[in-house]
Formats: sequence, structure tokens, C-alpha cells
Amino acid sequence: MIIIDSKLCKGCDICIATCPKKVYSKSDKVNTKNVYLPFPENEEGCTKCGLCELSCPDQAIYVKKEVE
Amino acid sequence: MAKQENPYKKYLREDRLPHIFCPGCGNGIVMNTFFKGLEGTDIDFDNIAMVSGIGCSSRVPGYVKCDSLHTTHGRALSFATGLKVGNPDLDVVVFTGDGDAASIGGNHLIHAARRNINLTVICINNNIYGMTGGQISPTSPKGSFGTTAPYGSRDLPFDLAELVSAAGASYVARWTTTHPIQLSKAIQKGLENEGFSFIEVVSQCPTYFGRKNKMKTPLSMHQYIKENSINKRRAEKMDESELEGKIIVGEFTNKPHKELSANIKELVEENSNKGLAIKSAFEELD
Ligand SMILES: Cc1ncc(C[n+]2csc(CCOP(=O)(O)OP(=O)(O)O)c2C)c(N)n1
Ligand code: SF4
Ligand code: SF4
Ligand code: SF4
Ligand SMILES: [Mg+2]
Repeated sequence: MIIIDSKLCKGCDICIATCPKKVYSKSDKVNTKNVYLPFPENEEGCTKCGLCELSCPDQAIYVKKEVE
Repeated sequence: MAKQENPYKKYLREDRLPHIFCPGCGNGIVMNTFFKGLEGTDIDFDNIAMVSGIGCSSRVPGYVKCDSLHTTHGRALSFATGLKVGNPDLDVVVFTGDGDAASIGGNHLIHAARRNINLTVICINNNIYGMTGGQISPTSPKGSFGTTAPYGSRDLPFDLAELVSAAGASYVARWTTTHPIQLSKAIQKGLENEGFSFIEVVSQCPTYFGRKNKMKTPLSMHQYIKENSINKRRAEKMDESELEGKIIVGEFTNKPHKELSANIKELVEENSNKGLAIKSAFEELD
């Protein structure tokens, strides 16, 4: 499962561009700072490589690793 | 069980988040890669002391849950040298910027490298003075725009990785914020190297460099850096005209040799049959 922390995200879109599996797209939801949050639209495609977590400048992404 | 959260947050002072960096600024990415690199070593996080000067990049240690020294502009390496010589057991890490390290701190940089003191220096090179509003720095590319170069900079920039290698550092690498895996690995090697380690990170300042140089969004800067990076091995086969405007990435130096604080410790022991003063002070207290 992918969790975006809406309090930390600044909407830079780096996760959208970085994910090799094109998991993210821009959502139409905004946070309290009027930032459009990313949304893991194609979550089934995620390989849990962790690249988005490493590339998010605001530590706003959590990719849950264990099987639920 | 590990906390259910972003893997790098455990190293940060959560009460200070979100950090002050602009949306898409590379500084936050460099923080993550530092923690990932650290996790690859045997170093204890609690044994790290971070030192920085002044600049946006120099604010990184303020967010990290370890001992830190936020010092004066350009002097992080001088403070770090004192700290390391005083207590060689500490793992001393310096966060600096292109302005902090190469303008006002340029002489400290070359001499710290020459003496090969065991520090790990992470230099976030965004090719501009971010904190003070976008002035040209010694690494700003020729032709780039800044508030102090409204017609474009005419000067040739420093190649920091080459400069620090030539000055005598034992480990030097350059990567960018678009190479987070390779960058983490270089930081790991830098932390493990017993000597002066310099990791240059070409990074994006979307707010000033981006805006002044027709890259208005964080993503366009990120994309630009990615598309213009060339691995050192490939670059060696290319000529100067092909390399114009390119960012050469890879390992520049990996030649371990005797480092300063070990030299000083040895000198003191040989000549006084005593340990370093600070160490003996601790011993008397025990
Ligand atoms: C002695 C002194 N001179 C000038 C300044 C103003 N000043 C603050 S930060 C800075 C430049 C920082 O540039 P860099 O190290 O590249 O950091 P960045 O903000 O780009 O990360 C300058 C000139 C100062 N704080 N102290
Ligand atoms: S973990 Fe990897 S595959 Fe999954 S969303 Fe992040 S970058 Fe994409
Ligand atoms: S990289 Fe991080 S801060 Fe940027 S849009 Fe994605 S989640 Fe938000
Ligand atoms: S001014 Fe530039 S370097 Fe400073 S936080 Fe903003 S984007 Fe980053
Ligand atoms: Mg700078």
C-alpha cells in the first residue's frame, strides 16, 4: 500500500516523473496549502522498489513493504 | 516492528517538519540519500556530528536528530576540523553548498582536502546562491542567469570534483539528485573512507536557478539535470564540444592515504607519551 502524507507533500511531482512503473498521477485533491497531491492510480504496477520514497524531497511517501 | 512511516523520517526532528525548503528543492532528496548511504555502513547514527555553514543546503543538519554545529558562512570545514582533531572518534559530516564551500570557504576546502582530514563532505551544488536570492556562484555555468548576472555569467565555473581531487582528497564523487541510488552508494563509500571524502551533488534550486534560467517548475529542473548527465567513463571518450553543458557524474578519486587526525594523534603520542588532551580530560573524569 502507498500512503502519501498530505501534511508534508508540497506537490513537486518528482514522484510522478521518477517512478519507473508510472504508478502516480496528479489527483484533483488539494491539501490545506492548496497543493494538488499525487495519487497512486496504478498501484498494482508497483514493484516496491522504493525509488519514490528516496526521491521525495519532503519525506511524504510511504510504500508499505510487507504483504497485508 | 518498524514504525509504519516513510523510512527516512526516523532520522529527522519531526516537530520541525515540513522543512523550510521550497517545493521540489533537491536538499530533501540529498537528506534521504545520506540516510540510505549511512544504513549501508557499520557507523552508529548516534556517533555522527553534523557541521554546516550558511545557506539553504547548510540548513540540512538542523532537521537531523544528531549532534550538530551550525556555524558561520564558509567556515564549516574549520569547525569540523577542530571537532575531528579534538575527538577523532566522532564521525564528522559536513553539509555545505557551492557558495559556502567554493566562494567564501574556498580556501578552507582546498586545504582540508590537501591535509586529507577524515571528514565526509556533502556539497549540494545548485549552481547559485539560493538563500540570498539567486546570485551567481563559482559553479554557475557560463551563460547562466542570476540576479547578479542579468545578461548571463561570462566566467568559467569551477569543476568542484576535479578541484578537490587535485587538492589531495582521498575520495571524490559527483552525482545528481536524479541518481539517488548511485549517490547513496557514493555517500556510503565516503563515510567508510578514512580521509577527506567529498561528494558533490548537482541539485535543483527551482526557485532561483530554475526561475532565472527558463525552468519554472521543479520537474523541468529535475528533467534537465537527468537529461544532461553523462557517466565519467563515457565522457572520457567524448571531446570538449560534445561535453559542453553536460554534467559528468561518477567516481573521480578513490585513493586512500594517511589522514590528518590520525597523524596528529600519532604525533602527540610519540612525543608526550600521553593521549590527546581532550581524551585525557575525559579519562581523568572516569
Ligand atoms: C560572512 C557572510 N557573508 C555573506 C553572507 C550571506 N550569505 C548567506 S548564504 C549565502 C550563499 C549561500 O550559497 P550556497 O552555499 O550555495 O547555499 P544555497 O543557499 O544555494 O544552498 C550568502 C552569500 C553571510 N551569511 N555571511
Ligand atoms: S516503490 Fe517503485 S514502483 Fe512503487 S510507486 Fe515507488 S517508484 Fe513506483
Ligand atoms: S515527490 Fe513527495 S512532495 Fe513531491 S509530489 Fe510526490 S509526494 Fe509530494
Ligand atoms: S531557494 Fe533554492 S536552494 Fe533554497 S530552499 Fe528554495 S529551492 Fe532550495
Ligand atoms: Mg548554492
